[in-house]
Amino acid sequence: MSLNKKKDAIIIKDVTHTYKTETGLLPVIKNLTMNIPEYGFTAVVGPSGCGKSTLTKLISGLLQPDKGEIYLSGEKIATPRPTVGMAFQNPVLLEWRSILKNVMLPLEIVPNKLSLEDKKERAKQLLSLVGLEGFEEKRPSELSGGMRQRASLCRALVHKPEVLILDEPFGALDAFTREDLWQVMHKLRKEEPFTGILITHDLRESIFLADEVVVLSGRPATNQYSLKIPKLKNPKLDSLFSPNSIDMLKRLRKQIELAQVQQGEN
Amino acid sequence: MRQILIPLYAIIIFLLLWEFIVWFNGWPNYKMASPSDLWPAFWKFKKLFFQYGWDTLWRTVAGLFLAVILGVFLGMIMGLSKILREALYPLLVGFNAIPKATVVPIIALMFVGQHDLNTILIAFMISFFPIAVSISIGLSTLEPEYRDILRSLGASKSIIFWKIALPKTLPEFFGALKVAVTLAFIGTNLMEIVSPHGRGLGALFDSGKTNADYPLMFAVLIGLAILGIALYYVVVVLEKIFAGWAERSSD
Repeated sequence: MSLNKKKDAIIIKDVTHTYKTETGLLPVIKNLTMNIPEYGFTAVVGPSGCGKSTLTKLISGLLQPDKGEIYLSGEKIATPRPTVGMAFQNPVLLEWRSILKNVMLPLEIVPNKLSLEDKKERAKQLLSLVGLEGFEEKRPSELSGGMRQRASLCRALVHKPEVLILDEPFGALDAFTREDLWQVMHKLRKEEPFTGILITHDLRESIFLADEVVVLSGRPATNQYSLKIPKLKNPKLDSLFSPNSIDMLKRLRKQIELAQVQQGEN
Repeated sequence: MRQILIPLYAIIIFLLLWEFIVWFNGWPNYKMASPSDLWPAFWKFKKLFFQYGWDTLWRTVAGLFLAVILGVFLGMIMGLSKILREALYPLLVGFNAIPKATVVPIIALMFVGQHDLNTILIAFMISFFPIAVSISIGLSTLEPEYRDILRSLGASKSIIFWKIALPKTLPEFFGALKVAVTLAFIGTNLMEIVSPHGRGLGALFDSGKTNADYPLMFAVLIGLAILGIALYYVVVVLEKIFAGWAERSSD
């Protein structure tokens, strides 16, 4: 094994998944192969209903693939595992708990040796990292949508998961809040390194946040195209307007159109 | 303070208005007793009022207690299993659709002489339905993301139930319990009125009727209202303690 090559944290090998519905079999993912290196961050884009959310369930172990294998840090996934953190479009915070207690939830379930004080410290540290200092004792209903999503990200990261799975976490936010959250993601990546996969419908989001963007084909989804994003030292929103970014967006847009046509045909 | 004074004023205005309407129309007390008739009627039978009031209250609470236990249990199995929900729902709806007044004589005959048991049974039968429905709906409408978050961490089914499903259905449960409280009082009184040699405020009401003591009948109604209000607010306090988070701040 060469030393300068990072090992892959997520390996998706020739995975096929089919849902059984009342009208027959519905293949959603077919022969999908992709790898995400350790501390890499890959965005997955594709037409609506192409099986992106199914992919997150497969990686988190909530679903089992019909064919193929998925490895997390070299281990084949057969069941859900506590080394995964998840955040969805709906922040699903528990309304009866304070923000701090919401963030601490995974620490109550994942086996660990932390004392209650340590757990609180850890949650507080993350909350201040995403700019929620002073909101620890608030109820979720007292927070704005963007703040709730920040808390949801903290909860996904609090137990230091090997893999962070984000299923359109910013999809329901307004454009400016979303851009704020993109900055938060960069900060989190710097301070709390994780290997991540981001499902999104927003191409600007994908090239701003990820190291690699994978375009899935229409259903049944397979990898149609992938694009490496050059890493910027100090990512700024302005960089989205650079000629290079615009060129990448155009190429991705083109691929999405192809995928949509294919989905329409099936 | 304001929270006590405003309802108090409302009650006083209501009583004054009532007194005025009876006086203005010159109604005799067998047509409509006035509030000033109520106190003497109560004082004459005050011992019976307390004794029977207690009978009515504890039977209602016992019936409610059974309703909560069975209602939560039925709600849980219907909320967690689709097959059981499909199987039990029509049965429950049918059972609930039967007017309980028609069940009263059947129960009274079935357990003849066991007045306490009969009364508790009717209170229970009339009040468990809203509880079962609210719990089953609360559990079956749990957003899948809640489950996924915990399942992806390797949480067991019972952890998911205790940490998420149960607390999440508490507001619905207390909403249903408020309805069930008033229903249970109806059940208790149905049996107390119908049962021969019955006890409880319903029986006192019935004896007011047979003895043509109309102010007594009205006094019993007010007594029932007071018990109903008291029990309702007990539920409100419990709700504040256990599901206060569901109340949004008004700003």
